[in-house]
Amino acid sequence: MRQLDFERRHRDAWEQLRLLLDDLERSRRKRRHSRDELARLPSLYRELCNHYAIARSRHYSPALEQQLHELVLRGHRQLYSGRGAELWRLVQFIAYGFPRALRRQIRYFWLAAALLALPGLLVGGFCYLQPELIYSVMDEDQVAGMEAMYDPGNRKPGRSLERSAETDMMMFGHYISNNIGIGFRTFAGGMLFGLGSVLLLLFNGVAIGAVAGHLTRVGYQDTFWSFVSGHGAFELTAIAICGASGLILGHALIAPGQLTRLDALKRRAREALPLVMGAAFMLLIAAVIEAFWSSGTAAVEIKYGVAGLLWLLVLYYLGFAGREAHGTG
Amino acid sequence: MLDTSRRYETPEGIALGLRIAGPVVRSCAWAIDMLIRAGLYLAIAIPFSFLGGLGFGLSLVVFFLIEWFYPVFFELRQGATPGKKAMGLEVIQDNGTPVSWSASLLRNLLRAADFLPFLYAAGLASMLLNRNFQRLGDLAAGTLVVYRDKATQRHELPEVPPVHPPQPLTREEQRTLLAFAERTPLLTAERQVELAEILTGLSGRQGTAAVTELHAYASWLAQGR
Repeated sequence: MRQLDFERRHRDAWEQLRLLLDDLERSRRKRRHSRDELARLPSLYRELCNHYAIARSRHYSPALEQQLHELVLRGHRQLYSGRGAELWRLVQFIAYGFPRALRRQIRYFWLAAALLALPGLLVGGFCYLQPELIYSVMDEDQVAGMEAMYDPGNRKPGRSLERSAETDMMMFGHYISNNIGIGFRTFAGGMLFGLGSVLLLLFNGVAIGAVAGHLTRVGYQDTFWSFVSGHGAFELTAIAICGASGLILGHALIAPGQLTRLDALKRRAREALPLVMGAAFMLLIAAVIEAFWSSGTAAVEIKYGVAGLLWLLVLYYLGFAGREAHGTG
Repeated sequence: MLDTSRRYETPEGIALGLRIAGPVVRSCAWAIDMLIRAGLYLAIAIPFSFLGGLGFGLSLVVFFLIEWFYPVFFELRQGATPGKKAMGLEVIQDNGTPVSWSASLLRNLLRAADFLPFLYAAGLASMLLNRNFQRLGDLAAGTLVVYRDKATQRHELPEVPPVHPPQPLTREEQRTLLAFAERTPLLTAERQVELAEILTGLSGRQGTAAVTELHAYASWLAQGR
């Protein structure tokens, strides 16, 4: 068949598809197509694919081929992209998607938690016993600043003197940008064959342990532990989870198994992503608690009580959410 | 061969063509985005600074969101950040479909790894080592940055009475004649003559007559008789 006859015969179908694609590429509210028209998309598109292949094999003119190629490309994008009720998916993700994803990768979580906690306990123990040891972790100004933050005389524990006057809201912003940023970087550090994540976990463990050990030794334990124990439930766990997600990337790069490194990375990164997003959600909660509750003036006993409840809540959420209704988890 | 076009086969057995964007054009896009973000920071920080601690806290939250999620927001909305859009680029999956939620989040969270040790050095190294110019985040997310195809204006074949070519032509030769006829409106008259006279041996014409003669062959190839 000659090109012009071919074009004349199929022009209407192409035009129909083009109009439908124009409509689909608009924002949801401005779309005008009916249900029946949308139902024709797959058949119109497959017909077009056929025509495009014919045009190529018969060496019709390049401009016709280009025109059909553009349409195929647009049709392909509409037909094979899956999007839907995003808010509902977010709710589902938090309700059980995240805890289930974490339980599937629990080995990485325990490894990351060990990398965070063991150096913390070790350094913390030594700082508790040895007065000078803290100075090999941080310099004098930092130690003095930290002591001032948790001085029982400080009206707003957990904040340095120059920051004590600042509002809870401001500290909330600070915690969000600082802590979630650290979480994301711990994940991205996994791209360096896991090394970045390991180092960030170790570094955080050492710093937190040193501060805890030192402050307990100088007798500020009530202000310090009552301040950190509440939001720590979410924050420490979330940092370990971010570390776990980085370790997944590192594992894929170091030991890809039967796959190429690239394929292993692509597959495992997709499994690691829910962990990071879930951890970011936990860090958000931690920031709320840290800014509006931890620095409050409630009695130490109440703070410990609430902290205990928060730890139980985190354990229950991560360990059990989504188990009953959705199979093995 | 040095070639930045890629073919991807769809389930229908069609090979789709994609043109991959290189580091230079992507850096330009990034610079434009950087300026837009700097503008946003200023536009937010100045009014919020009148609100004291509350405003400062809020602006920190907004800064954080812009720093990490500005590209995600625009990639999911329109397939490209404003900077990429200005440079005619877009982000797609390596199978040619629009970038998905998870892929967009991944490639932008891993930006932190691409930035190491300074100014996207790791990302640049990765792009230069990779035939698809993917930075680390693109590799993990399975995304490509490609040129957005502009809708091309198709030119009709010139209206000339068809003439049977004096000798049989191969398919490639036929296609070349068709391409010449379709591109004629984009060429200057001198260039048309120059190109058409390459085939004086076939058509036996010179000057504008040679152009018309080739159009007549193309017309015969397209519609016959």
